[in-house]
Amino acid sequence: MSQRIGVVQFPGTNCEQDNIDTIKNLGGDAEILWHGSDTIGSVDAIVIPGGFAHGDYLRCGAIARFSPIMTAISRFAKSGGVVLGICNGFQILTETGLLPGALQKNVGLKFLCQMESLIVDSTSSAIGRWFKSGEKLQIPINHFEGNYVCSPEVMSELEAYGQIFLRYESNPNGSIGSIAGISNKEGNIIGMMPHPERATSDLLGSIDGNRILRGLLEGNVKNNS
Amino acid sequence: MSESLQNPSVYRALGLSDEEYNRIEILLGRIPNHLELAMYSVMWSEHCSYKSSKVHLKRLPTEAPWVIVGPGENAGVIDVGDGIAVAIRIESHNHPSAIEPYQGAATGVGGILRDIFTMGARPIAVMDPLRFGPLDDPRSRWIAEGVISGISGYGNSVGVPTVGGEIVFDETYRGNPLVNVLAMGVLPTERLVLGQASGIGNLAVLLGSATGRDGIGGVSVLASAGFDETTDSSDKRPSVQVGDPFEEKRLLEACLELLEAGLAVGIQDLGGAGLTCATSETASRGGAGMDVDITAVSLREVNMEPFEIMTSESQERMLAIVEPCNLAQVLEISARWEVIADVVGKVTGDGQLKIRDGFDGPVIADIPAATLHDDAPEYERPLERPSDWSERQRVDAGLAENSDYESDLLFLLRDPSWIYRQYDHQLFLNTVVGPGDDGTLLRLRDPRTGKETGRGLGMSTDGNHRWCYVDPRMGTKMLVAEAVMNIACVGANPMATVNCLNFGNPEHPVVMWQMSEAVDGMAEACIAFSAPVVGGNVSLYNETNGVDIAPTPVVGVIGMHPSLNKPPPGMGITNDLTVIVLGQVVKKNVEMGGSRWAWDVADCRDGRLPEFDLDQAVKTASFVAGLVQKNSVSAVHDVGEGGLAVTLAEMAIRGVTGMIIDGLGDHRLLFNETGGRVVIGVETEKVNDLLKEANDAGIPAETLGFSGGMKFRIGEVIDIGIDELTEAWRTELPDALGQGTVSA
Repeated sequence: MSQRIGVVQFPGTNCEQDNIDTIKNLGGDAEILWHGSDTIGSVDAIVIPGGFAHGDYLRCGAIARFSPIMTAISRFAKSGGVVLGICNGFQILTETGLLPGALQKNVGLKFLCQMESLIVDSTSSAIGRWFKSGEKLQIPINHFEGNYVCSPEVMSELEAYGQIFLRYESNPNGSIGSIAGISNKEGNIIGMMPHPERATSDLLGSIDGNRILRGLLEGNVKNNS
Repeated sequence: MSESLQNPSVYRALGLSDEEYNRIEILLGRIPNHLELAMYSVMWSEHCSYKSSKVHLKRLPTEAPWVIVGPGENAGVIDVGDGIAVAIRIESHNHPSAIEPYQGAATGVGGILRDIFTMGARPIAVMDPLRFGPLDDPRSRWIAEGVISGISGYGNSVGVPTVGGEIVFDETYRGNPLVNVLAMGVLPTERLVLGQASGIGNLAVLLGSATGRDGIGGVSVLASAGFDETTDSSDKRPSVQVGDPFEEKRLLEACLELLEAGLAVGIQDLGGAGLTCATSETASRGGAGMDVDITAVSLREVNMEPFEIMTSESQERMLAIVEPCNLAQVLEISARWEVIADVVGKVTGDGQLKIRDGFDGPVIADIPAATLHDDAPEYERPLERPSDWSERQRVDAGLAENSDYESDLLFLLRDPSWIYRQYDHQLFLNTVVGPGDDGTLLRLRDPRTGKETGRGLGMSTDGNHRWCYVDPRMGTKMLVAEAVMNIACVGANPMATVNCLNFGNPEHPVVMWQMSEAVDGMAEACIAFSAPVVGGNVSLYNETNGVDIAPTPVVGVIGMHPSLNKPPPGMGITNDLTVIVLGQVVKKNVEMGGSRWAWDVADCRDGRLPEFDLDQAVKTASFVAGLVQKNSVSAVHDVGEGGLAVTLAEMAIRGVTGMIIDGLGDHRLLFNETGGRVVIGVETEKVNDLLKEANDAGIPAETLGFSGGMKFRIGEVIDIGIDELTEAWRTELPDALGQGTVSA
């Protein structure tokens, strides 16, 4: 049975349709979860896509965390549901406290939209388990606030629990440890700044993003139904 | 209506001439009140009425079987098959950007996007041709940095990718930058909506931002007058609007949703001249009138005067014409997207635009709606060839030879990636070829289903003030050809053109001559390439202290790649290819007038353009597009600014591969900008077939050399390592604009 993915839409989100198209091309099913809803219905996994939720006003993700859907997503995630935050989605997950650390402005103080070479680090997350450690992936970034920061204590936990999923080969934004994507300790909540849905066709220059989103369709780490 | 306004100082301050004022009195049969006068002044401004350019624009070709909507609507629309239509438009935001670079550029993006979704199309691409003063001028750098940040800040956030553009730095734009912006959208053909108000009793619903005092008189005060040193530009800052991309994003989604549900009979964006323009245009296009209740408009500030409400250019607003039975649904959609919706008027049958104080309240302005458009003055302004024209033409721009061709080449190289990596150019997953290449190539997908059509849209924007200063007619022909050649390099055949005519003060006869010549050159080229003009914009009064900018018509050309199954090869050269130039034959003593070498190296603005054969360019473009479609070349690059030397160097840099080129022994052969040429890299075993094919098609082809190694060599005159070439190419913009921040 095909997996049904909920794709969250806040006012200002703009990558929702790109994720839905990609998920459908990969054989999955996808539906929009409106930010004002307090339930996620019967989806198997959730994508919080990129964009500028609530205009990114105040601070990226700072207003989005108060949208009713986030309470439902927190509940889903805490019971082991797989949640992938991409770009603005990653920022929202850190603001919500579902992932540690924060994303601040890029070191060059400029927005960056460009292809990046990523290196898979830990393979212990729900998506990471479909990769080999050390593998290289070509996936573009598209952000102003992608510079990952956290305390030294959090950094040693990330390392110790195998929570660092992706690192940049050549750090474009100043992220600590060249971090491009992390997961929670349990491995079911994943956040990444690069956009896997933008690397899904030879016409777009890379197909490496398909494997990330396909990983989402393969189901949960713990209860693979 | 008691106040007498025959005091000329009142209407002159609004930008109206004595003659124009008298015309208003005759049309109304009485003395206009202040509100009415304010409305005429914005609608009859140069920016809104095209009063100086209309007489020339009529000479442009506008028709083809695939053209659904030509000039005059919010955007041009063409039929691209499979029930899909494409809406396209280009505009300028030059003067606002000179004063407030970030907001000027940001609101330029916002305005053009509304022109596209007004037609029922979802905007999927923006392109930005930008022109600034020299990089060594601090103010020009400040303007450039602000404009680029504004496009990035607004465009990325509103969620439309910026997929291409141009960047030019030149003395002529020191006080007056050119910030043009093109937008393109796709729609199911049957969803096309026009900006018309029809059906007596239908309601006019104002959607989007509350109305404030920003941008009052923007079209008349800012866009229709030049800059001089007596006007402190900070005085004009309140005439620049402030943009809010988040508001625009919600407005866009709400409007597309109500158009898809068929809830609006017409819709119109509020741009220049604000509510006055939107209400009078929709009414007069629909052959109707409109009653507008000034008190129903949501305001940002207290105590706004009626004339301020009617002429405010507050951004992110749309006017929808709605049948009363659909109003509830329109309000519901608006509420869901958190968009303000005010019923501000109703369609009437008397052809009058009546502004009322209250829904059925007293009339405070009463104007025949059509007079604001149809009766706007039309000037056949005097035109005159520059008195030193013949003298300038006799100069040989290639005389001041500098024998160090290597340093000339390094000086002419420029990598624009520092700019375009600040723009989201990938959203919507269509970008097969993005900014930084000859043309942009987007996958064409069905807007209803998202399914690929197996075809692609090629797009390019081009202008060239150097060519057009030397010879506006021939220069314009050449730049249209360049745009067509750019999309040929990504495999597309031209279908339509949009233009942005950036010129100086129309009251100067030389400027009007330049525009007239440019229009004729454009007409000839657009006919030759079967790419009619479907829309455009005219920007005049681009002058500083009485000095006009060099004439800068800019075109955007869109075309079709019929069988997109593989990305085009791009300009990067790979090892062991034969390097061939296709197109025009270049004679040994070719003219250098208008070339970047002549202007920026030899400091010569005179001379003649090289010979250019338009018919040959038409054949070459079609031949090159065919080669790319058949995947029969391994590298392809249009010959543009800087001539063959720069073109070849860019191919080497992008491919990280050297070249050994024969011939091209002097600066003329290296740097001349003869139009209509393309360089290709071909696998050795395919060369003979290709040369034969070119010969059969009547395309001149000349083998220049071969690729390989890590040295860039041209005969005896140039021998530079790829690393050194790349360094010069890559560092110019980051060093000048980004405090040295080359990509980390």
